[in-house]
Amino acid sequence: MAFAFPFSAIVEQHEMKLAILIAAVDPSVGGVLVLGDRGTGKSTAVRALAALLPEMKAVVGCRYACDPNAPPGNCEECAALRAKGKPKTHMVRVPVVDLPLGATEDRVVGALDLERALSQGIKAFEPGLLARAHRGFLYVDEVNLLEDHLVDLLIDVAASGENLVEREGLSVRHPARFVLVGSGNPEEGELRPQLLDRFGLSVEVSTPTDLAARIEVVKRRDAFERDPKAFTALWSKEDDRIRQQLLKARTRLPKVTIPDSALERAARLCIALGTDGLRGELTLMRAARALAALDGVAAVSDAQLRRIAVPALRHRLRRNPLDDTGSGVRVERAVTELFDA
Amino acid sequence: MLPAELFEDSPDSGDESGVLRWADALRAAALIAVDPVGLGGVALIAQHGPVRERWIALLRSLLPPDTPVRRVPLHVRDDRLIGGLDLAATLQTGRPVAQTGLMVEADGGLLVLAMAERVSESTAARLCAALDTGQVALARDGLSEVRPARFGIIALDERIDDDRASQDERLPTRLLERLAFHLRLGDVSIGDVGLLDGDADGRGSLTGSPGPLAQAPDIAGARARLMQVSMPEEVMQAICTAALALGVDSLRGPLLALRAARASAALDARDTVSPDDASLAARLVLSPRATRLPGTPPDERDSTPADDNDSPAEDQSDDPAPDAESPDQTLPPENPPEDPPEDPQADDDTPPDKDPDQPDPDLSLDELILEAAKASIPAGLLARLAMNEAMASRGAAGGRAGARREGSIRGRPVGTRPGLPRDGARLALIDTLRTAAPWQTLRRREIAALALTSAQSSQPKSAPRSRSSADAIDSRSRSSKIEVRASDFRVARVQERAETTTIFAVDASGSSALNRLAEAKGAVELLLADCYVRRDKVAVISFRGRSAEVLLAPTRSLVRAKRGLSGLPGGGGTPLAAGISAAAALADATRRRGGTPVIVLLTDGRGNVALDGTGGRARADADARQSARRLRAAGHTALLIDTSPLPQASARELAAEMGAAYLPLPRADASAMSRSVQAATTASARTTNRGR
Repeated sequence: MAFAFPFSAIVEQHEMKLAILIAAVDPSVGGVLVLGDRGTGKSTAVRALAALLPEMKAVVGCRYACDPNAPPGNCEECAALRAKGKPKTHMVRVPVVDLPLGATEDRVVGALDLERALSQGIKAFEPGLLARAHRGFLYVDEVNLLEDHLVDLLIDVAASGENLVEREGLSVRHPARFVLVGSGNPEEGELRPQLLDRFGLSVEVSTPTDLAARIEVVKRRDAFERDPKAFTALWSKEDDRIRQQLLKARTRLPKVTIPDSALERAARLCIALGTDGLRGELTLMRAARALAALDGVAAVSDAQLRRIAVPALRHRLRRNPLDDTGSGVRVERAVTELFDA
Repeated sequence: MLPAELFEDSPDSGDESGVLRWADALRAAALIAVDPVGLGGVALIAQHGPVRERWIALLRSLLPPDTPVRRVPLHVRDDRLIGGLDLAATLQTGRPVAQTGLMVEADGGLLVLAMAERVSESTAARLCAALDTGQVALARDGLSEVRPARFGIIALDERIDDDRASQDERLPTRLLERLAFHLRLGDVSIGDVGLLDGDADGRGSLTGSPGPLAQAPDIAGARARLMQVSMPEEVMQAICTAALALGVDSLRGPLLALRAARASAALDARDTVSPDDASLAARLVLSPRATRLPGTPPDERDSTPADDNDSPAEDQSDDPAPDAESPDQTLPPENPPEDPPEDPQADDDTPPDKDPDQPDPDLSLDELILEAAKASIPAGLLARLAMNEAMASRGAAGGRAGARREGSIRGRPVGTRPGLPRDGARLALIDTLRTAAPWQTLRRREIAALALTSAQSSQPKSAPRSRSSADAIDSRSRSSKIEVRASDFRVARVQERAETTTIFAVDASGSSALNRLAEAKGAVELLLADCYVRRDKVAVISFRGRSAEVLLAPTRSLVRAKRGLSGLPGGGGTPLAAGISAAAALADATRRRGGTPVIVLLTDGRGNVALDGTGGRARADADARQSARRLRAAGHTALLIDTSPLPQASARELAAEMGAAYLPLPRADASAMSRSVQAATTASARTTNRGR
């Protein structure tokens, strides 16, 4: 079995780790966009998350690994299984699916099972990557190079939570609710604003400039590669701690309250920054609540809002191309003005 | 140490760098043979020829005999690379036939990429994913099957002109980054190779120790020892420091250097990595990735022979500049002379050090490794970097972002063509069935006959024909299943709208320079900011003084545009001809990549510097006209914006020669400019599409 680099062994990159944890606690926050140069541990962090997440219950026999406790929804297979009686369940790992660069539409959406069609004459649906990512994470590397029609597709499916396939004589609808994690290098292209908006949080990563940190990264990576088993065992306690924190946060999440004062703060912040639409506020609130659950506090307060404002709002500011100030800086400035006033 | 006599007979005796490069290449080959998976592989930048073939043959001879080595063709299909259903075979035999895919076949061995500079981004992405995770995921029918695929890659890059490499013809940076060694064999001649082969030392000194190497290095033994090799803390730190000093940003660089150092120690049957291993690793791994020169003493000539004394019991260090007898000659590209002579401290430090355990081990170790890496940085690389940062290796990735037109899977459908529904080509079901329909009767009869003969042959001759087989044959011939063959498949053909690259050629001379450049910059940023123009790219060329210069390479990225356009230089004469030629060259390159170029020339039409850089209005005009005619002959769409205060006849005439639209725009107005450019762009795009 291939070992993934332990999540807690990642050096620094606190913003990215926090954003990923928040997305894991509350998937409704929306996805995470990680922007940065290559070699900064973006894909390492996402794959590490896969190993970190606790297993989930799924219906045996359902191709999309549906949740047995959730309402039947639009999964035909579950409907068929339920008709026959209470379906059996088993524990499966949370899927983290890679969307490779150059993936074609039929691989992503799913297509006619050609082999069966031609050999047995049956019209069957061969699920694509979106089906595999249901209830898990879809990791899109180089998201800013993604082809336009795939971008449209992802936006659509992420919004509606289900995938509608109409091609080659098929008409299939299946659930596809996943957390989108994208990574990319902003120098290679701009992300379309519509896609940008779909991501709940965005973080910027860069290679540490501090020599000691760089040495530490190289040292850990080297140790991991020489003996993955021992290294993973070394960090398993820390990973367990994070996993427990995650689980507890998930149970706490419904009970966290958002006082009106916090709502007002968030709204003022968004007005000051001039974010488009209301998604900024919604994301800010959801993320702050998830963060409060992680921190173990009962209500959202300024502390959470401060920490999560930049990742939640940095990519929603209307970009003035002639203005050189980085968006993160603008958000920080607004936060200090508002909160310290 | 190569005896001097060897050089006397050779006509290339002055060119030791080729010999040294070959020696390094051999060392790299040995290291790859020890740890192909960990090191990722080699990017071999060399023309197809005997030198390259020699290297590959040597590498193969070093590998254990049963190592799988697979060649990956240039436009390899996804299913051949990853694996999947072999559709044609499936149809033939009637039951699923899987193909494992090249990556899984090469597990434990090497993949050789031919013409790697043209490999597509998607193939590169898949290879990188396999390099990162060491496995390949096959997905069929809801099942996901994961197979191990740990291999090294030998990327054969055959680019011709290194300096002028159009951004298209370069290994994708993401792949290049994961390969430990970037070897350039361009200046290695046959003579260099032959010399070493005939040398009493065998294939040169692979491990840094003198003496004959008649037998192959003990690769198998090294592999067994590899895991036990320990890395002292100082060595690791020294490598990281060197990487940082050389401006190797990505942490993959030092990581690969560590692995290379380990492999080197294992090869030498040592269980600890020594400073020499680290120096070798720094030279082979870090210097090709260097993006800057660290500000350290340029007088290495004095320090390097002293460094030789450091390594005990070795006459020859791994530095390429080791020849104590003639330091001046053998020292390859050193620092540019502008570097101020630095503090003599470094020189003072190293001579007294006779053994590794001195008061300040880290400092001298760091220096040692840094010198090793610096000494082999190709001079041309640094000169280029100093001049034009936009074209540096970081720029390579940006250029490739748009060049994805193989396969034509996007666009509006315009009919069908024969082909298998692979790699995104959509099956045209009705056409496929229509093609198969007329053959049904024949095929069924064929199958029936086949079934009959096989039934007959499987039964003893005396037995009567059983009823069941007869029934089976009957039912088969009457079945409604459509017999489809691979040749029947039809896929939809699509026509894609070609992406446009707008090339601004800006007159940056004289008084109006700043105005014009600022306008151009504004127009560029507006074009980029408009998200509906996302499929298009923008580039900026400025001409002033004696020549033209590409300020911004074609890009869609606002970040890159800002960086490239910051600090716009202006002033000097007007080399109009050079500007037009540069724009035409860039347009040609764009077209080669499959894009549609649109040239926007901002000038007042009065050039006063000719193509060769000399002054004189008459010559300059003549040259400018000639360049304009050539541009028109090449058929590029162009727009000339007249920036003089009053519309000039010269500008209008030039536009006519270029076959360009003429637009007078006396006052600085970025939005008007960007509007007119957009109009020209859409008009040209429409005509291009109609023409196809």
